[in-house]
Amino acid sequence: MVKLRYEIEGGNFDLAGGASSQVKKVLKQLNIDPVLIKKIVVAMYEGEVNIVAHAYKGQIEVQIFPDRVEMKLTDEGPGIPDVEAAMKEGFSTASQRVREMGFGAGMGLPNMKKNTDELRIETEVGKGTTLIMTKYLAYE
Amino acid sequence: MELTKIIGLINGRVVSGDIKGKYIEKGFCSDLMSDVLTIDTDTILLITGMANMQTVRTAEMADIHAIILVRNKKATPEMIALASESGIVIVETPFSAYKTCGVLYLEGLKPVY
Repeated sequence: MVKLRYEIEGGNFDLAGGASSQVKKVLKQLNIDPVLIKKIVVAMYEGEVNIVAHAYKGQIEVQIFPDRVEMKLTDEGPGIPDVEAAMKEGFSTASQRVREMGFGAGMGLPNMKKNTDELRIETEVGKGTTLIMTKYLAYE
Repeated sequence: MELTKIIGLINGRVVSGDIKGKYIEKGFCSDLMSDVLTIDTDTILLITGMANMQTVRTAEMADIHAIILVRNKKATPEMIALASESGIVIVETPFSAYKTCGVLYLEGLKPVY
């Protein structure tokens, strides 16, 4: 099992995606199917951008098992007041600055769900959010 | 379509990456990176007016190997460095997004949808 951990800085869009990029390199080295790699890193990148866009800071832990990849994204931030609404395409609370970067269209969480096999959201308003995503490495 | 042909058709200027032997099947035009990240197709050409680090990061994650920046938008040195590291071609064109898409579509570059 390979375990990776990254600290994510809220608000710093220059660095956003750095952790996902590192994970992509590791998955490639492990000879994982490129189709699955793309799904995993797109889901992780969406989550990483969400931390940068919405939270003060966060951590991403990635565990690579022989049969699956688990990603745990934890942030200290405003939390999600209405998870059901946030899961709908087009719902967004992103700032103008986030939109200027090409994000904040309300497609992040639905896209994370689409690209992974399991998505669990634990959130507390005023404290933060934890996302746990699992992608199984069997061929689709 | 050969990337070299694409660059010729749009008066493009290559600022990052090696274009030799690169073949592009389909094109997609958007300034919305969230939208780009929902595409399952690989080996597409991204045509965009969004010139920032997240354009390159999005391409890296989505396995996009070539980006066209329209309307003379300039790639920053940081974008060029990241694209070079990831083997991503960045091309700048004076054409608008509309004209770039029109020219390439007429020449047979397929759409994603």
